Amino acid sequence: MYKYNDFDEAFVRNRVAEFREQVERRVDGSLTEDEFKPLRLKNGLYLQLHAYMLRVAVPYGTLNSTQMRQLALIAERFDKGYGHFTTRQNIQFNWPRLKDVPEILELLADVEMHAIQTSGNCIRNVTADHFAGAALDEIEDPRPTAELLRQWSTDHPEFQYLPRKFKIAITGAPNDRAVTKAHDIGLRMVRSEAGDPGYEVIVGGGLGRTPMVGKTVRDFLPKADLLPYLEAIMQVYNLSGRRDNKYKARIKILVHETGLDEIKEMIEEAFERQKRDFRGPPSELLEMIEEAFAPPLFDNTQSLAFDHAQEANPAFRSFVETNVAAHKNPAYGIVSVSLKPIGGTPGDATAEQMRTLADLAEAYGHDELRVSHEQNIILPHVRKADIPAVYARLREAGLATANIGLVSDIIACPGMDYCALATARSIPIAQQISTRFDELKLEREIGPLKIKISGCINACGHHHVGHIGILGLDKAGKENYQITLGGDGTETATIGERTGPGFDAEDLIQAIEAIIETYLGLREDTSETFLQAYRRVGAEPFKQAIYARPEDEARAA
Amino acid sequence: MAREYKPQIVTANDLFEGDVVYFTASHDWVRDLGGAVVAYSKEAAETLLGHASDQQDKVVGPYLAEVVMGEDNRPEPAHFREAFRTRGPSNYFHGKQAEA
Repeated sequence: MYKYNDFDEAFVRNRVAEFREQVERRVDGSLTEDEFKPLRLKNGLYLQLHAYMLRVAVPYGTLNSTQMRQLALIAERFDKGYGHFTTRQNIQFNWPRLKDVPEILELLADVEMHAIQTSGNCIRNVTADHFAGAALDEIEDPRPTAELLRQWSTDHPEFQYLPRKFKIAITGAPNDRAVTKAHDIGLRMVRSEAGDPGYEVIVGGGLGRTPMVGKTVRDFLPKADLLPYLEAIMQVYNLSGRRDNKYKARIKILVHETGLDEIKEMIEEAFERQKRDFRGPPSELLEMIEEAFAPPLFDNTQSLAFDHAQEANPAFRSFVETNVAAHKNPAYGIVSVSLKPIGGTPGDATAEQMRTLADLAEAYGHDELRVSHEQNIILPHVRKADIPAVYARLREAGLATANIGLVSDIIACPGMDYCALATARSIPIAQQISTRFDELKLEREIGPLKIKISGCINACGHHHVGHIGILGLDKAGKENYQITLGGDGTETATIGERTGPGFDAEDLIQAIEAIIETYLGLREDTSETFLQAYRRVGAEPFKQAIYARPEDEARAA
Repeated sequence: MAREYKPQIVTANDLFEGDVVYFTASHDWVRDLGGAVVAYSKEAAETLLGHASDQQDKVVGPYLAEVVMGEDNRPEPAHFREAFRTRGPSNYFHGKQAEA
């Protein structure tokens, strides 16, 4: 894992000291809110519906046990005993008091963490495949690149006042688990014909009010060219991105309005200039970063304990089926810990649970933890022989829900339970859906299905790329929910299609049930997933199921 | 025809705690909507918001919110967002509902 050097340490400490002063000046009245707001946002401090909210960056979703314990401490001391993991692989604290925030930032700095660039029109925390460094299908660990991008983009003077916020995602594997096509820039590691690793560069993806799948501007970019090429993209965006209208300011609009060919030309032209003047990062730095992400020393001892435990315990077998993924080392597994207990709040973990996760990472997981954009926690390197013991501890901590990738593994933004921008609530909808399908005992029968819920058009809950997406709106003073179908956030990214008019909360669950029943009725066999079936038959049968109900017909008559 | 005027109150978030507060007749702030002063005309509402906005050292983001008058002539939230702000989140018993 990357360790702060003296420069990083001094930089973060200085920012804490600076913010401490800014808070003091706000409290003593020397700063107005108009003056203070941009300063607090630069340090991740928002004001939400019921309280302040501090958004802490988890660079590329990677944490060690010491950091996780510190988050637990903060949750206990300054929040209400829990934290909320987000679709940006970050953590949010929902109840800090203004005066406590400098102290929280100091505690974060103690474990090499901060809340810088988690808000504002800058390059935000770079997100990555949560299986990075462990996945069987991976070409290379993308995190050294992500760390390089973090250093390059942090406090970069050219990128402090972009037209709008800017999000970069990276994956080292052909199976895209990082939703790279829905980011301002997506980087997908690929190999050249000669077999060298480089990147496919995707630009102009994004969700929000104008959802778009990113477009490939370079099929193969050699690794050494990455920074000048990204600088070229940023330059084009900084100069030509729209600043006249907030809703048209993201790079996706620029790409869309300019056209792919012309934008490619603009980028390549800027790249030629950048490359000429570009003196790459010092090779010692690159080596240091590479070393920081060297794989742990794996223990290759094979054992039958894992297989025996599965034979002996059906609950464990079912946990393995959904929550354990293939590791590049056959003696290991990747354990996904679901933060989606039935009826719970997606992404929330108590301080106690965070400590359990930290203990498990330390004892069995080479001290590594990951936050996934799907709001779960990953133990990326667990010896298969140790997975039964890990499972037992997870069960005790209420963390053994075996539902990864299934109907109750729902992404939901905080919605109007917390967020000042929300137009409706998301969390109660997620709670109702997971409770309902648990009652029906259909989850395994349904198979892989991603439901994603956003409480407003900004789409933090990624609803556009949910197999079933739900968008909460305010319709004439009542919460109303639109459904989209067929979305996909992977390498075959697709924006879901709206079914039609929305539903009140009371009717929504029934509609979701009708959609899923329809799928179960029309699928060719159990191996055809919801998404495959949808792609085969289209939206019509589902629309009929949710709109052609007797009461609707009566209403239409 | 001009839209019928609906009574309004001024609400904001406390600068220090961040929680929801309401502006009173004595130009102070309280935690309970029941204590808010109600403006029955557009002009009265604007004046009230003006006074509230002078108190930047106490609150953040004061704004006008519609209310309906309930029993005992106490203001109640007209919109669901404001109703949530009087209670707190629905997933945990936190915020105002836990402090009442």
